[in-house]
Amino acid sequence: MSLLAANATLIITVVKIALLLFIVLTVNAYLTWFERKVVAHIQSRWGPHRVGPHGLLQPLADGVKFLFKEDPTPAGVDKFVYFLAPLLSLALALTAIAVIPFGPEPLHLFGRDIYLGIADLNIGILALFAITALGVYGIALAGWSSNSKYPLMGGLRSSAQMISYELSLTMSVVGVLLMAGTFSLREIIDAQKSSLGFLGWNVLSGPFPQILGFLCFFISAVAETNRAPFDLPEAESELVAGFHTEYASFKFAMFFIAEYTSMITVSCLCSILFFGGWLSPFPATSAWAWTHYLPSVILLPFGFWVIWDGIRYETIFGRVILPAIGTAIAVMGAAFVLRPAVNEFIQGPFWLLSKIFFFLFAYVWIRGTLPRLRYDQLMNVGWKLLLPVSIANVILTAGAMLVRGAR
Amino acid sequence: MSPQLAVFFVLAALSVLGAVSLIFQKHPIHSALSLIVVMVSLAGLYLLLGAEFVAAVQIIVYGGAIMVLFVFVIMLLNAGAEEHTNISKMAGVAGIPLTVALAGFIAAAIARSNETVQAAAQTGAVASTKGISNMLFKDFVYPFELTSFLILVAILGAIVLAQRENE
Repeated sequence: MSLLAANATLIITVVKIALLLFIVLTVNAYLTWFERKVVAHIQSRWGPHRVGPHGLLQPLADGVKFLFKEDPTPAGVDKFVYFLAPLLSLALALTAIAVIPFGPEPLHLFGRDIYLGIADLNIGILALFAITALGVYGIALAGWSSNSKYPLMGGLRSSAQMISYELSLTMSVVGVLLMAGTFSLREIIDAQKSSLGFLGWNVLSGPFPQILGFLCFFISAVAETNRAPFDLPEAESELVAGFHTEYASFKFAMFFIAEYTSMITVSCLCSILFFGGWLSPFPATSAWAWTHYLPSVILLPFGFWVIWDGIRYETIFGRVILPAIGTAIAVMGAAFVLRPAVNEFIQGPFWLLSKIFFFLFAYVWIRGTLPRLRYDQLMNVGWKLLLPVSIANVILTAGAMLVRGAR
Repeated sequence: MSPQLAVFFVLAALSVLGAVSLIFQKHPIHSALSLIVVMVSLAGLYLLLGAEFVAAVQIIVYGGAIMVLFVFVIMLLNAGAEEHTNISKMAGVAGIPLTVALAGFIAAAIARSNETVQAAAQTGAVASTKGISNMLFKDFVYPFELTSFLILVAILGAIVLAQRENE
């Protein structure tokens, strides 16, 4: 028992890591389902709908397929680097998410304050950029080690793209850092607190609203994560599948998970740096107190709808599991209404998750809407548009802070 | 052994192993990868000393930007395994005694110094982000700006040389 007490911090951290890993991987799986569904509806199709109700079991089927597919190693590959590359990609993508704080208040459990988030670093944003900077290697090395022409081209393209867009990605954040005066993500959110609700967020307020910074950041981040319309490294009409052409089975899945995890990290960063993180968009006055019941207002009807939708199916998943999930959601919604303390605790995570969800949707929305850029267009946008605009943003923010004072 | 000391020995061993492997690897990409290991474990050592800003910048600039360029160039040139020439053999013959001599000098210097080496001696105020920015932009602003001007000149020179070849 004393051993448990002595190592409590360590045990709590390990449990938190395991829990976050589980959540992130599950969200990743259902993000693929969400993406396919949304893109399908944008293109007037149904998307996955055969495996389970609404195709909800599709990610599971895909996962099993990834695990059991044959995993051939092509001839003449550089074995060590070939195996290292997907590991590196996945490990770095998952490490990045450890820096993100998910809620303002600690959870009181076993007489301890447990903060939502694994590592609350005072150089949070710098640590994230350090991890992103290393992320290039996974893709570049995968392309090089495959001993094949298309992956090499894909890897080269991708490293060139990531080096180019990392500049504007980093420069576009400097405005926010200037206004907050700290690298800590938690303090950056706290600096955006105001009695006016969403008018205090960095994107709209401060000495100089960071709308330009946000646009630069989001566009560069989409390019940095190799997503459409900047998915040139895997342009299938030119390069087959780019850097991961020679990867099959679970090694391919690792690249896949890494890409989706980076999407989640970028969405977290967008909401934290520019959209107030866990701050509610509504003013903190008593006239707006009813907005604290928004989580319940969303969860209760959604839970009932899931129950009603589930019993229409004839399968076990539809008849049993879906109603069970629906009941759990509805009970959660009811608990938030009945227990004001729980409701207050859930406000921060609720708003942060809503914003993250919105940015994930924006990712998919952009993919379903915009055609892929040509390679020279990609380089022009990065170097001749985003970089000057983000540098101008830094100068304008610094000037505005000199003239109007810091916030 | 305190946890910090254990972490120090792991990181120190990693950086030394990375440096040795950098020399003995036959393929340039493997050498570059070893160098990245050295850079990242050095960043870990800075972190251990309480210089978190320097650690992050070490990874971003050396581990990220510079080494990516190295790897990029090696990939672009499609450099193959190392070949031994007469000069490289001579470097081996002359290099090993010189390396031993250098290591001996450093060891002697450390052994003769009377002061006990203090871990995390000057961290906090100086090594923090604020301390470093104060030094760069207040105390040493002219040397700092001059250095950046020098780098700018070097970049412009590289562009001019590259353009001349095109014409």
